[in-house]
Amino acid sequence: MKRSKRTSSSKSSKTRRLEVRSRAELKALQSLMATAVFRPLTPEEGMQPRWIDGRTTSELASTFIKPNDRLTAFDRLEIYNRVYWFRVLDCLYDDYPGLRAVLGERKFMKMITAYLAKYPSASFTLRNLGSRLEQFLRDEPRWIAPRPELALDMARFEWAQVIAFDDESKPAITPDDILDTRPDKLRLGLQPYLSLLQLNYEVDEFLVAVKKSESAVLRSEASNTFEAMPHSSGREKRPRLPKRKRIHLAVHRHDNDLYYKRLDPEGFVILTALRAGASVEEACLQGLSSTKRTGVDWNEEIKAYFNNWTALGWFCRFSKK
Amino acid sequence: MPANSFNNFTEYGIGIGLRVPHYRHILAEKPVVDWFEIISENFMVDGGRPLEVLDKIMEQYRVVQHGVAMYFGSADRLNREHLKKLKRLVKRTKTPWLSDHLCWGSVDGRYTHDLLPMPYTFAAAKATAANIREAQDFLEVPICVENVSSYAEFHASEMTEWEFLSEVVERADCGILLDVNNIYVSSQNHNFDPYAYLNNVPHDRVGQIHIAGHSKFEKYILDTHDHPVLDPVWKLYAHAVKLVGRTATLLEWDDSIPSFEEVHHEALKANQFIEKLENATA
Ligand SMILES: [Fe+2]
Repeated sequence: MKRSKRTSSSKSSKTRRLEVRSRAELKALQSLMATAVFRPLTPEEGMQPRWIDGRTTSELASTFIKPNDRLTAFDRLEIYNRVYWFRVLDCLYDDYPGLRAVLGERKFMKMITAYLAKYPSASFTLRNLGSRLEQFLRDEPRWIAPRPELALDMARFEWAQVIAFDDESKPAITPDDILDTRPDKLRLGLQPYLSLLQLNYEVDEFLVAVKKSESAVLRSEASNTFEAMPHSSGREKRPRLPKRKRIHLAVHRHDNDLYYKRLDPEGFVILTALRAGASVEEACLQGLSSTKRTGVDWNEEIKAYFNNWTALGWFCRFSKK
Repeated sequence: MPANSFNNFTEYGIGIGLRVPHYRHILAEKPVVDWFEIISENFMVDGGRPLEVLDKIMEQYRVVQHGVAMYFGSADRLNREHLKKLKRLVKRTKTPWLSDHLCWGSVDGRYTHDLLPMPYTFAAAKATAANIREAQDFLEVPICVENVSSYAEFHASEMTEWEFLSEVVERADCGILLDVNNIYVSSQNHNFDPYAYLNNVPHDRVGQIHIAGHSKFEKYILDTHDHPVLDPVWKLYAHAVKLVGRTATLLEWDDSIPSFEEVHHEALKANQFIEKLENATA
């Protein structure tokens, strides 16, 4: 009580200084600083001069940060603002070389800045930074015009690789495990690390070409800071953009190495149906009814599919969820 | 012999951080290293290569966990899901102790991925200590909190950083991971005497020491972990060892990472200071 009286009476001091005498006040200070840190930088890579309420950011910074003999409160807050943006932009820069090549550097940086401004990191690990990128691009396709479909395909493909790298792997089912179950009753789970993608562009080949033209950059792990915005040398030539073509991809890992495998359209339908909870029989029927191919021995074909997928360890126990 | 109750691993020697560019070398050449520090969050995953590498490393080496995202100083309560994931890893690595920073970095589930400085107040110390106690109880492993390097100070602060650190660890009854490079960086950025810092923290709580390189800019010093350890930091290290005795020491090198040998060679320089001290006392 005393406190609020004192602060309300000190009208003369334009910049009321934040105090931290309770967990609630600690929260208030941290919320304020986090808001400042999350605000996008100016085109000159500095902190925005105006605060949200129209005050100068200098004034705002002075309410909680002390200046020293070399730096103002604004300067000191700006260090954290810049470090945050350099770090998260750098992370997506590394995670999305394909999307970067599709959009071009400048457009890519603008897009991920808008994405992160709307969706700041919601996970303790930078690994998940791109988790909402697909949704963002669907909601705001202007960032990926004039090639929204290609860009979206690439974003999904690159996110699938994050999943394939270190998502969970459940005990794989062997043919013996399912020998006695009737196909109309048998349900199979798919490994959490496996993604099934129906795409409109041959982004797999394009990405291989992009990676070849770029030297791999290893992300640093635990450093406290970054000194600069990620920039390419600007020298590398972008490979020719992929042509429109419907493809089906499984993005997965085997012996902990990452792979992408093209699937027949029918195989894609079967796997997608299995993942949705269909029995093996239902899934195969869906696959067959989707086919446009003729002269195929489907008995043999489906047997080969399942042998291959089982050998890759893609099946696990089905669980409803 | 343990030096004190929080320094039970006196004989651990000199470790280095386990980093991706060195994986191949370590697994193929199996160099002699006292221990590796791993970044917990890099291995709090559900499967794949990271855990495979970790398991292989653990067949040969002692591993100690160091976290960057627990955010003991956050006003928000600790994230239970995070703690559960961390505990799963603790069980896997059997880490003898675990460290994270005296800082905050997230608010309402939004993460800065940075180690942000604390206001040095009693209320903040109380809240932070409560979080550390909760983590320690849940994880069932001793915790050391590490001082961070900082670039800002708050009007709200009521004490020095070392007083705040002491207040927190006494309240939480936990150990200290003393980062002498961070002390140096902050002392330059905030004009304080780094030796006063070292002299005035509870020495019997120091369970580990960090050394690292930094970068000097015109108006401030940045904790970049991309250089060999600089001379003033070695001097501080020597003084720290004098105060706390032989202590598990780790070199952090996280950016522009050179060859494994170069990093390890740099880390082993710490032995000179320990030996000098022990010769003097003998
Ligand atoms: Fe450190």
